[in-house]
Amino acid sequence: MGKKKKEVDDRFRRFGTVSFTSITKVNDFIDYLEQGKVMGTRCKDCGLAFFPPRADCYQCLNSNVEWFQVSGTGKLVSYSKLEYAPVGFGEDLPYCIAVLDYGDYKVFGRIADDVPEEEIKVGMEMKTMVNELPNGQLNYIFKKA
Amino acid sequence: MGKVGIIGVGQSAFVRGYPGSIRELAFEGFKGAMEDAQIKTEDIDASIICSAPEYDKQRSPAGVFAEYLGLIPQPTFYLESLCSSSSTGLKIAFSLVKSGLHDVVAVIGFQKMSEISSAESQERMGRGADIQWESPFGTMMPAYYAMFAKAHMEKYGTTLDDLALIRVKAATYGQINDKAVYRKPVTFEMFSDPESPMSGPVASPLRVGDCCANADGSSCVIVANEEKAKALSKKPVWILGVGAASASVNLAGRDLFTGLTVAQKAGEQAYKMAGVTPQDIDVAEVHDCFTIAELMAYENLGFAKPGQGRELIKGKETYKEGRIPVNVDGGLLSKGHPIGATGGSQIRTIVLQLRGEAGEMQVKDPEIGLVHNIGGVGLYGNVTILGR
Repeated sequence: MGKKKKEVDDRFRRFGTVSFTSITKVNDFIDYLEQGKVMGTRCKDCGLAFFPPRADCYQCLNSNVEWFQVSGTGKLVSYSKLEYAPVGFGEDLPYCIAVLDYGDYKVFGRIADDVPEEEIKVGMEMKTMVNELPNGQLNYIFKKA
Repeated sequence: MGKVGIIGVGQSAFVRGYPGSIRELAFEGFKGAMEDAQIKTEDIDASIICSAPEYDKQRSPAGVFAEYLGLIPQPTFYLESLCSSSSTGLKIAFSLVKSGLHDVVAVIGFQKMSEISSAESQERMGRGADIQWESPFGTMMPAYYAMFAKAHMEKYGTTLDDLALIRVKAATYGQINDKAVYRKPVTFEMFSDPESPMSGPVASPLRVGDCCANADGSSCVIVANEEKAKALSKKPVWILGVGAASASVNLAGRDLFTGLTVAQKAGEQAYKMAGVTPQDIDVAEVHDCFTIAELMAYENLGFAKPGQGRELIKGKETYKEGRIPVNVDGGLLSKGHPIGATGGSQIRTIVLQLRGEAGEMQVKDPEIGLVHNIGGVGLYGNVTILGR
């Protein structure tokens, strides 16, 4: 009988073009992405909202968090279009990174490739959508609301 | 408790492709500071070795350097806060001396960026941000700072022309600094000339000319207690104030996109400790890793009101002859930015200025100088105030 291989929950390696993390307590984030949902967490005790999601609340020093869906629209805080990319991201070029402000929390991500640059305006309302990358990885992108 | 003084400063030339190993590179800055202080290795009680990690094959460089520089068996350790590593080193050296634990401490900063390719370097630098949630989107330092530039332009009407003026100033002084990696002039017109490399896009709105030059280099600052400083040095420069702060690594955790809160907070602390105001600063070194970073520093340090940083550069107020000379050694933009060596090099510049030994770059009779050194995208910030 061969040794039984220990199962490793490394779902997070699917996040983004290249993921630098494979194991995290918020691995369910990936399952939600597969269901088309972008999720943050909220502390059940103090109500603090976390995006990106966290397993732990530093205010209450516990891990009593629940998932909530990033829904509705956020305001575009700023963005930049990259003409050069770090190693591993060259095939994605050009692409825009951006931050959306949802009020209770902000979301860092990319703007959808099909939004023309001349239509991108700081302050515009955008929504966060799940996106499958050509290499099968999952991330989320911002589209015009 | 007495004052803490700087008795020796040195740096290597900042170059592309240093033809030697990292311990040999560290020797260059160390040699300069030791010759400046005119002390022996046994006079140094401890050393702090500072760099951003992951550029070298060598793990734990402190022990290797201490041996190579003749600083054993004294204690040594490695310290990092990305691009602000060696000003963090100065703060720790200050506290080691202030506490009375050591009399004389050497802070040695270094970085050999050419160990890896430029794209690999961007990837390493990008991983100084949030690797779990941001790096998978393909982030890099110019793009992060570009987002601040965009936000500043939207809110205050700052223009690409304003930013170009900052690079032109840096190049003015880079040309006369024999330690600078980029010694060529940069003209305002180059930014609108498609044939000029300066105008090439990197991450909108920033262009090649808005970005600092990668370099290999080392720096060294030797710190001593008041008694030793007075005994060993003819012209000690005193550490009047130190401030430091941190901020959310993920930009999603930030509220300010038109400035760096770490610089504001570190500046407030340093001014308070030194008992001075922004108006008292006669010469400053700020962390101009990108042109927008210098403009934000003007505002975050109180040299200009929020949104009015552009007026300082347009009026040439930050030139050598201006109201508040900034980066008159070429800054990171032209002198170069060997990450772990940068803070120590900035401190060296201000020490030379306060001693009246800055040569062609000398500002007229400065009494109080300031160093602003940032790690990551405003992740860490150190502000140090020095005086004669």
